[in-house]
Amino acid sequence: MRYETVIGLEVHVELATDSKIFCSCSAHSYGAEPNTHVCPACCGMPGMLPIVNKRVVDFGMKAGMMLNCHINRTTTFDKKSYYYPDLPAAFQTTQWFSPVAVNGLVEIETKDGKKGIRIKQIHMEEDAGKLVHDIREGTTHVDFNRTSVPLIEIVSQPDLSSADEVEAYLDRLKTLLRYARVAECEMAHGTMRCDVNLSVRPEGATEYGVRTEIKNMNSIEAIKRAIEYETARHIDAVENGTEVLVQETRRWDDIKGKSFAMRTKETAGDYRYFPDPNIMPVVIDDTWFEKIKASLPEFPETKLARYTEEYALTEYDAKRLCESIALCECFEGAMKVCGNAKDAANWMISDVMKTLNARQMTYDMLKLNGETLGKLIKLVADGKVSRPNGRKILDVMFDDSRLDPEAYAKENSLIISTDTGLVDKVIQAAIASDPKAVADFKGGKEKALMALFGKCMKELRGNCNPQELRTLLIDAINKID
Amino acid sequence: MELYLAKGEKKEKTVALDDLFLTKSLPTTAGSKMLDGYMSLFDAEVFTLLSNSGFALGGKAKVGEFAIDLLGETCYKGATEKDGKLVYAPCELVKDGEVLAALCLDANGAPRRGAAQSGLVYLKPTYGTVSRFGLVGVASSGDTVGICAETTDTVREILSVIAHHDDKDGTSLSEDACISINKEKKAAKVAVLKDFIAEAEADVQKSIYLTIEALKKSGVEVVEINSDEIAAARVAWNILMSAETCNNVSRFDGVKYGYRTQNFTNLDELYTNSRTEAFGDLIKTCILFGSETLSDKNYMKQYDKSLRIRRVISEKFALLFKSYDAVLLPATSKTSYSVEDVKENLTLCYEENKFTAPASITGLPALVAGGVQFIADAFEEGKLLCLAQIIEQEG
Repeated sequence: MRYETVIGLEVHVELATDSKIFCSCSAHSYGAEPNTHVCPACCGMPGMLPIVNKRVVDFGMKAGMMLNCHINRTTTFDKKSYYYPDLPAAFQTTQWFSPVAVNGLVEIETKDGKKGIRIKQIHMEEDAGKLVHDIREGTTHVDFNRTSVPLIEIVSQPDLSSADEVEAYLDRLKTLLRYARVAECEMAHGTMRCDVNLSVRPEGATEYGVRTEIKNMNSIEAIKRAIEYETARHIDAVENGTEVLVQETRRWDDIKGKSFAMRTKETAGDYRYFPDPNIMPVVIDDTWFEKIKASLPEFPETKLARYTEEYALTEYDAKRLCESIALCECFEGAMKVCGNAKDAANWMISDVMKTLNARQMTYDMLKLNGETLGKLIKLVADGKVSRPNGRKILDVMFDDSRLDPEAYAKENSLIISTDTGLVDKVIQAAIASDPKAVADFKGGKEKALMALFGKCMKELRGNCNPQELRTLLIDAINKID
Repeated sequence: MELYLAKGEKKEKTVALDDLFLTKSLPTTAGSKMLDGYMSLFDAEVFTLLSNSGFALGGKAKVGEFAIDLLGETCYKGATEKDGKLVYAPCELVKDGEVLAALCLDANGAPRRGAAQSGLVYLKPTYGTVSRFGLVGVASSGDTVGICAETTDTVREILSVIAHHDDKDGTSLSEDACISINKEKKAAKVAVLKDFIAEAEADVQKSIYLTIEALKKSGVEVVEINSDEIAAARVAWNILMSAETCNNVSRFDGVKYGYRTQNFTNLDELYTNSRTEAFGDLIKTCILFGSETLSDKNYMKQYDKSLRIRRVISEKFALLFKSYDAVLLPATSKTSYSVEDVKENLTLCYEENKFTAPASITGLPALVAGGVQFIADAFEEGKLLCLAQIIEQEG
């Protein structure tokens, strides 16, 4: 018999807000000393009350809109109770009764074609802290830095049917959320985490099989391995009766390549959800709604089409730029100033992206101001600054996003000399200093020119158009009898 | 008889705070062994406002464990008794002239019962007009800072100091709404919930009818009505209060601060034994009841239904306030309680709060004066204080 796998995902994404969801502590503590980004509120001390960070709601709405969801205009926060040392108040504030976004749709593409994945809901919630185990001492320590960092949980309908589809879906979520600049979505940093709900059934059946939830996958590869393992386990159980499947939560062990039962439905905690009386319902009025809607970016496909059609970029160049919204914004800003799409794309791909790679930065980390880059491109295009000197200025601009390239070029003598007398003088001096090279060139050794050219370049500190210098140099040599 | 859990200083203008108000200068225990010696990192907003207005902190008054009990009898330092009767420590401090006023967390009506017994003036303002920042949370949807004093004028004075908007409390109302409760108003027509009065003992009834006579003499029109839906407040409030309290005290787990058992070998034992050893019987009952009510199988028929009942009762009051300035009812069924009463019936507070639950569940302002309770519409504290003034003059 042939079986199909039915998969639904619960994806947790850390929102990229500056502060935590209910207090003003910094939300960015990756790699910080334990318990340095905490206050009485996120430590669950008595007497503190939660104040909703409006940016979190902004980001929650944005995420919902990017995933084609309906936005609940009145959205509420609820308490989920359970005991664990990394949860200081012994409850997590989340959204249970009226999440910010519901009923969405995300389109994915695999080698089998396009497919729509329905989103059940997106809810906002706070993250828990971290337990640090000291194996040597046999003790466990609690770090509350991550407590109350804002998350959204994106719950899909069971519309996925293979590891490849899951990968495409996660990629799509990552792209859309990064485009909206609401999240980093980096599994390696824990800013994107994924639980898999999986069951199998005979192909064509309408009833679902017994479902298990698999947790603890730290990479997309691990997720794929877990799905393949769990699918095989389920089919084996159904087909050969090797074991009786029960609805349970399982932990994936990527080293062993196996999943292990954590808790069954019977022993699962009753979370005792109820509306948080300390947080008033958040009402999203038309002004707020429209403001967020207006702030949404173009979808990646729309941008790609526009880049190839409107700007006449090659499909390859356009795709490379569209990998990151930061690249797109920088490119479009530069374009606006220099007025030449081809030029701007060239600079982006052969200089900006290269520099990012050299500095081991992700594309999203680009802070370069597009308009400033446009000014630089224009300076080079107008022949005021040489291309190599332009690259040098770009490198400085990476560290100082407010740098004015023209002022910098002037201050550092990087403007191409319009003094033809000076260029002539430099050429004559070079010729005079190396008669052998002159003779060699005249004798047909093209390479000999390079020594003279280099000398001139050095003397002019690169402030000349190389093409022009070359022509002038050859002319000058040819004039010698 | 010690009325303080921690003593402060005495000046010309001195107030007592019950021990659920967090203060940096004195420990805050919430009346529980769980928080014995707990020092807060910050002050309650109410205390900040009072000290900015020149009030000194006389001390932290004894209070029942998380303030849900009848009259402070569940305090981990023992009940407060006087001549065999339970007395409410914050009110007793006012009565003794130790302090000008006492501020109490009104979670389940205990300060209203205390004020009724001791014949003081007590006001529980409209929910959301006084900041709850820095109060140990109990029944968050009803928790309100109440003011107990000898005279109506003192209550007025303290109210004008503490009724302000606070950004640190998400349920705090706008500054305009908060200060509007200080407006002086007239109360001309009072509805008496006669079936509530019938549930009180004879001497309570007698004193209520004396008060009614005094009101009538001053020209207040008094009309007897049936309580109808309002009678459902007790059951619904017990569910909401227990659930919220259960959730609020779940943070006291022995991991971060407060009491930690010596007797554990694993995490479950650390939790269970810390809580078993530090919590008293009433709060344990409340935790069990609250958990049960929020469980998957009970949520809709108990907690959710109670939220609906809250709305029905609010609507009933809204209707009454179209015709009346205030509603009159008892604050207690007895003029006094003995320690034996609560020893025999640990959860007496879950029954006696039938009189205090209507104002707790709706967040409406409530007054106790002359041993009688009045409830007015939201922001109509002026009407309640007008009635207090009349009783003060007639009494």
